[in-house]
Order: sequence, then C-alpha cells, then structure tokens
Amino acid sequence: MLLALAYLAAFLALPPLLLGIVNRVKSRFAGREGPPPWQLYADLARLLRKGAVYSRTTTWVFRAGPVVGLAAVATAGLLTPFGGAPAAIGFAGDFVLFAYLLGLARFFTVLAALDTGSSFEGMGAAREVTFSSLAEPALFLCLMTLARATGSLSLGGMFGPALPLAWGRAAPALLLTAIALFVVALAENARIPVDDPNTHLELTMIHEVMVLDHSGPDLALILYGASLKLFLFGALFVRLVLGFPVEGLAGLAMFLAGLAGFAALVGVIESIMARLRLVRVPQLLVGASVLSAFGLVLLLR
Amino acid sequence: MSLALVLAGLVLASCSGGAALALRRAPALAQRAACAVLVAGAALGIAGAALALGGAAPAGLHARWSVPGGALAVRLDALGAVFLLPVFGIPAAGSVYGLAYFAQARRGAQALRLQGFYGLVTGAMALVVLAANAMLFLAAWEVMALCGFLLVLTEQEKPEVQRAGFVYLAATHVGTLALFALFALLGSAAGSFDFARMAGAGLPATWGVFALALLGFGLKAGLMPLHFWLPGAHAAAPSHVSALLSGVLLKTGLYGILRVTGFFAAPPLGWGLALLAVGAASAVLGVAFALAQHDLKRLLAYHSVENVGIIAMGIGLALVGRAVGDPALVLLGFAGGALHVVNHALFKALLFLGAGAVDHACGTRELDRLGGLARAMPLTAALFLLGAVAISALPPLNGFVSEWLVYLGALRALSAPSLAAWAALAAPALALVGGLAAACFAKVFGTVFLGTPRSDQGARAHEAARAMLAPMAGLAACCVLIGLFPGLLLPALRRAASAWAPPAAGLAAGAARSAVDSASALTGCAAVLLAAAGLLAAWRRRRARGAPAAETWGCGYTRPTARMQYTGSSFAEMLTLRFGWAFFPRARVEPPRGPFPRRATFSSHVPDTVLDVALLPLLASASWGAERVRRLHRGQVQGQALLVGLTLLALLAWRFLWW
Repeated sequence: MLLALAYLAAFLALPPLLLGIVNRVKSRFAGREGPPPWQLYADLARLLRKGAVYSRTTTWVFRAGPVVGLAAVATAGLLTPFGGAPAAIGFAGDFVLFAYLLGLARFFTVLAALDTGSSFEGMGAAREVTFSSLAEPALFLCLMTLARATGSLSLGGMFGPALPLAWGRAAPALLLTAIALFVVALAENARIPVDDPNTHLELTMIHEVMVLDHSGPDLALILYGASLKLFLFGALFVRLVLGFPVEGLAGLAMFLAGLAGFAALVGVIESIMARLRLVRVPQLLVGASVLSAFGLVLLLR
Repeated sequence: MSLALVLAGLVLASCSGGAALALRRAPALAQRAACAVLVAGAALGIAGAALALGGAAPAGLHARWSVPGGALAVRLDALGAVFLLPVFGIPAAGSVYGLAYFAQARRGAQALRLQGFYGLVTGAMALVVLAANAMLFLAAWEVMALCGFLLVLTEQEKPEVQRAGFVYLAATHVGTLALFALFALLGSAAGSFDFARMAGAGLPATWGVFALALLGFGLKAGLMPLHFWLPGAHAAAPSHVSALLSGVLLKTGLYGILRVTGFFAAPPLGWGLALLAVGAASAVLGVAFALAQHDLKRLLAYHSVENVGIIAMGIGLALVGRAVGDPALVLLGFAGGALHVVNHALFKALLFLGAGAVDHACGTRELDRLGGLARAMPLTAALFLLGAVAISALPPLNGFVSEWLVYLGALRALSAPSLAAWAALAAPALALVGGLAAACFAKVFGTVFLGTPRSDQGARAHEAARAMLAPMAGLAACCVLIGLFPGLLLPALRRAASAWAPPAAGLAAGAARSAVDSASALTGCAAVLLAAAGLLAAWRRRRARGAPAAETWGCGYTRPTARMQYTGSSFAEMLTLRFGWAFFPRARVEPPRGPFPRRATFSSHVPDTVLDVALLPLLASASWGAERVRRLHRGQVQGQALLVGLTLLALLAWRFLWW
C-alpha cells in the first residue's frame, strides 16, 4: 500500500524530470551544456504565477481543453502499473479505458485548438487526429499481443508476474511488440521522428502548434499533462522490456533507472534522427501496426 | 401485464396522428394533442419493456388470422424489449421536438401528414419487434417500410428528396423480397410460419438462409455495401424524422438478424466470422465516408453505417461464441451489440436533433458555411458536444461502455480455439474506427460550433426553441446516466442474451459477474475523472477571472478573417487521402486564367461509391439494354411473326437435339 502511494507520488512528481533528461541528452549531443534537468519545474512554477490572455474568438471549450486533458491523463495514470507495484485500479479490459482516456484528452486539446479559429492551430489539429487514429490500432495490437502472451486482460496482469514467463515462451513476439510500442510512444508524445517538439512556427509542427494560443496556467497544465503522458508510455515500455521480476524498494529503483534510460533513448533518437516528412509519418505508424500484428500472428498460429 | 402495456402503447402511438387530423382547424392544439398521445403511448410501451427486461416472464398472444399461414401471434421477451426502448423512446423525443421544428401552424398539411406517419411507423416498428409469426412480421415490416418512404417524402417538392425517396423504396423492396424467400425457406422446413415452431424445429443451418437474412435485413440495417440508400434518405428527411430513421428504424434490421439466428441451436462458425467481417468493413468504411462529407446530415447518416457495423461486430462475436460453445463470449458480444443499439439510438437522435437546430437557425447544413455557433447557440453546442463525445466512444459517456463490451468480447475470443481466435482482430479494427470517429466529430464540432462564422447565414444564428432543447437534454441525460452507471444495465442485458441463446449457466454467470465488477470499476474511474476535471476547472475559473482578451495569435498578422480558418474539408483531407482507394471524388476546377484572372472556382464532393459509381451506371446500362430489346416487341407485324417463328424453331431444335 505504502509502496503504491510512493509510485503514485512518483507519477505525479517526476514526469517533468523525464523531459529534462531528454533535453539534457540532446544538448550533450549538440555539444552544449544545456538547461538543468529540473528546468521544466521552474518553467511550470513561472507559468503558474502568470496571468493568461484569451482570444476573443474562443469560448468555454478553449478553457476546458487543458483541464479535461490533464484530468484524463492523470486518471489514465491510475490504471497504469508502475514498477513492481500493481495499478491503483485494475479490471479486465482496463487498457481499453486507458487508451480511450488518452483519446479524450486528445479530443479536447484538438477542440481547444479549433476554437481559436487560427489556420495554424487547425493545421496542427488535423495532423494530430490523422496520426493518432493511425497509432491507435498499433497500440491495441501491442496490448492484445501482451494479453495473449500473458493470458490476462488487465494492464496489471499483462505487465505483471506473468510477463517474465511470457518472455521465455514468446520472446520474438514480445520483441516486435516492444519495438512497435516504442514507435507508438514516440508518435503519441509528439517526439522526433514524428513531430519536433522544438519547432513552434514552422509548417512541420503538430502538437506544439495546437497549443500556440494557450498561455500562463493553461500552458502549465498542458506541459505538465504532456510530461505525464510521456511518463505513462515510458512506464509501460520499461516494464515490458525489463519484465520486472523485482518487487519492493529495489523494484522502485530499477523502475526509475529504467525510465531514465527510456528518456535517454528518446533523447538519443532525437539527436541522431531527422524528423520524417509528413507524408512518411503514416507509413511509419502503419509499419508499427504491421510489426505488432506480426507479433500477434506469431502467437495465434 | 408487460405485453398489455406494450400493446396499449402500440395502439396509442399508431393512432396519435388521428388526433392532429381531428383537430386540424386549431393547428397548434392539434399538434400538441398528437404529441401528447404519442408520448403517453411511448411511456406505456417503455414501462412494458422495462418490466420485461426486469425479469417478467415472456408473454404471448395468439389469435387466428385469415391470411394463409398467418396468425396474429405476438410475444414479448427480453430480446424484443431491448429494441422496444428506442422504438418508443426516440419517436416520443422527436415528436416533442417537432412542436417547434415542424410546427403544424406553419407547415399545414405537410406537418399533418408527417405526424400521421410518425405515429404509424412507431406502431409498426413495435409490431415488427413483437411479431411471433412470419406473415405478421412481414406485414408489419412492409407498413414500416412504406411509412418510412412517406416520411422521407415529407418535403416532396424538392428533387433530391424525390430521388432519395425512390432509391429508398427500391432498396427496401429488394430487401423485402429476400425476406419473403427467407421465411418461405424457414417456414417450409419447419412446417409452420410461427416463430416458436421455427425455433423448436431444429432447422438445418444452411448458407442460403444466412445469405438471404444478411441481404434482407442488411439492406434495412444499412450494412456496407447495402447502405447505398441510407445517406440520401436520411439527409433528405426533416431532422426529427432522420433521428427516427437513423436511430431506430435501421435497428429493426439488426433485430431481424438476431431473431432469425436465434432459431438455430448451433449456427456454424462461418456465420459469426462473416457477420464480423461485414460489420468491420461497414464500421471502417462508414466512418471513412463520413469524414469525406460536407453536408452535416449526410455525414451523420454515414456514421449510422459505422455504428450499425459496430453492432454487427458485437452480434458476430456472439455468434462465434455460440459456435465454439463459449457462453461468456456470447454474453459479452451480445451485451455490447444490444447496448450499442440503445446507445446509438440515444446519441444519434441527439446529434440529428442538434443538426436540425443548426439547420433551423442558419438555413444551411453545409459545414463550410457554418462556424462559431457556440456563441449564438451555447446550449445546442453543449448538447451537441455531449453527443459527439458519446458517439466517438470516449469515456465517461455511454458510447464507450458498449464499445468496451465489444472489445471485451473480441479479447475473450483471443483465447478461443484455432480459427475463432481470429475474431480477436475485431479489436484493432474497432480501435481504428474509434480514432477516425473522434477525428470526424472533432471536424464537425470544430467547423460548426467553434472559430468564427464562415458566412452571413452562420452569423445570424439564434438559439433553438425550448421545445427543441428539452428532448435533446433528455437524450443527453440518458447518455450520461448509462455512461456513469453501466453496471445497473448488465443484468437486463444478460436476460436478453439468454432469451436469444440459452446459456450454460455457470460460465455465463461468472463472466456476467466479472463484467459487472469491471463496469463498477468504470463508474469509479468516471468519478475520479469528473472529480479531477471539476477541481481543475474550479481552480482555473478562479485564476482566470478578469483575464484580458485579445485577437487570436496570427504570427504577427493582426487582421485575421474567417476565411483563413481551417475548413471541415481541409481538416479531413489528410485522412480522406488515406482512403483514396475507396473514394471516387469528383471535383470541378475552374483555374484562374490569363494575366488578369476574373473568376476561379473549385468544388469537390465524394459521391457514394456503391450507389453513384457502381449501382446507378450499372442500372443505367441495364435499362439501355432493355430498351434495345424492347424495340423488337413493337412495330411491324412481320418482325414479330419472325420472332415467334424463330423461337418455335429454337425450341424444336432444343427438344430434338438435346432432350
């Protein structure tokens, strides 16, 4: 129980650090010193103290966007098993709720972007819904492969004690799944090679452009929500790759180290790869779907 | 008791138009009277259906009828009761809406006719669900189809309405023909046209029966590729009629599929897999076509194709479950499909009524002429948003619950033996559909209600009348309640499932209990979500007080216009390009020419691939060929004599050479 609370506290407190690690790795690759890893905490504190400016075009939907977005992602966190601990809420089919809660967050972010009546934000919204609807089947195929391999229908079971056994039995399928899940994580979190989080005003952007008009505390909610989402996908990926036989405090330490490794991996990929052309992104996502479908077929045959 | 209530409701609803006719000299009063009678009938009907779902024993009536093979046999069981809820509920909401939307005082005879058929089609749909004899079923089916045709034709002076009406009439009669063949086959095998005898006869489960049922009922339900009549008909009718047609009338086709497959003790695995494949194709292509539409009501109509596909996937999973003998799979698939029948009726009716309010306020349904309506019509916008979240299957509303049950069924199939395990591929298909539906409704809500008005029509909008908002609010409340407390409905759905396929008690009870447990966990998650959102919203509200207002950031450009916004078409373009293989878009381009170009235009639309690209050209060439053949029939006597002589010679030759 205490450990579960510790994990929940880590989920709420540590995600901004994850983004800090990513940025640190990127600046080291570029030969710069870079901002300290806790830079995002400072940014959030600064934004929370600021006021906000609202466009005259917007309605209550614009203000609801960040609120619903953060609430949905935080609720999804209750369903995610962290480290060696089970999830706070777990039931058969909870991963469907997990995916659709992220979908709810995305839906309201997109609506908030459209509410500004700006062509830039409309463009970002259109790209976001396009790529996410292609990422969705890939995510489900990954989770179904895990469900078949572990014989469990809840996230807690799929990433739980049955996972090391499943690695022994069906390593090739799980390997394909891990690769596909990583691609989905990059796409869902708007990282290179799908989207470049550093560009704000170019015709290449997706997620960043949707939030152009948000300012002050609203922007803080959005940035925090985005880091929570990266943490969620990182948690799933780390548990899948490490298999997690360890429980207790050692498990917590191993989990956090794994997450730091995940963030470093994301940073390395961002440093050594260019962003794909927009027309290539759907191919990448369909490729991820095909990989995970192969994984499932390996288990079904 | 339950049957008596439903029959009383049926009679009241059927006769409700009579009240309007009798009082036609005082149109406002007449319409209220008709509406009151219909609502009263609906209340009785829903009460009866609720009793049947609550565990009342199935009740039946049997009377002689002079039609050969026919009997006036009706039976109310839990399966029928599930369908009776939307059959009575949606027309009641629609008729209240009609008080303001289609006022008899303004529309005169048109409104009078509409009310008459609105009540009659309600009664006919209820009779279709109650009928326990094939002849009675077919008679009610035909009354229902003709009422639907006459309702589509309400505004008969418009050419597109006439066209849509006749395509609907032709399609529905092809379907009825298939049903005649189907029931003739079943009736001759069972020796009776009574459903009870058919169910008990141990009929052979042949593919011919399944194909006829799929054709006859699939045409009514609008399964791809038999959906071609649907978008036109549902867009052409007045909005509260569209709500009834799209929300309820389609479901009678699904009811038919359930009723007929219920006759067979062990339907083959192929039936379930085939229905699953058809449902998946319907769902994916339905939402893809919806994404490509510019007309609000046509778009919603294509979403009905999608949702009917999702329901068919649920039924298909349940059939797979029956084939492999897994009661838990039967329960999950059936519960998902049946709950989606009710859910889709609720949110689709809500959306169509919202679309009607938009049409009423702005005089156009073209997405790219609307915009910014959330300011002028805040209540309509909020209710429409609720419907959009529900139909996109996002938690915590009802659409999520039913799709989640279908997901659970698909996942249950993962552990089924060999071939049936492939049914699990329904889950990624459903995920794709969910993503596309959310994209489509982001497009609809964003284009119609958000941003700035794109035309004068949009700028002059006004909030809908109270009589239009009240039924929408009622439907929205039902969506929220089902979404928050799904666990309460599962016992009723289990009863309906066992009325369809008697389960092996132990396994099904275990699955039902775990589904109920999971559903109560859903309630918990919804509570957490709402609490978190509420707290954050309250905090934001306090912080945002007195925040300054400015123009939307335009990268330094300070005079944005409404024409710079993303339109609905541009929003969906990237996704519709992905489905280029299924679309045949037609564009008319007039490019700017010369050094001083005068006028350039561009217009494009995506026609229905089945109707406009395949079926109509095919029928046109068939008609051309028939015209050629017909030439021989008229004109000279010599030519006809030659024809007769040649035919005789050919027959003689055949008789002597090959007999």
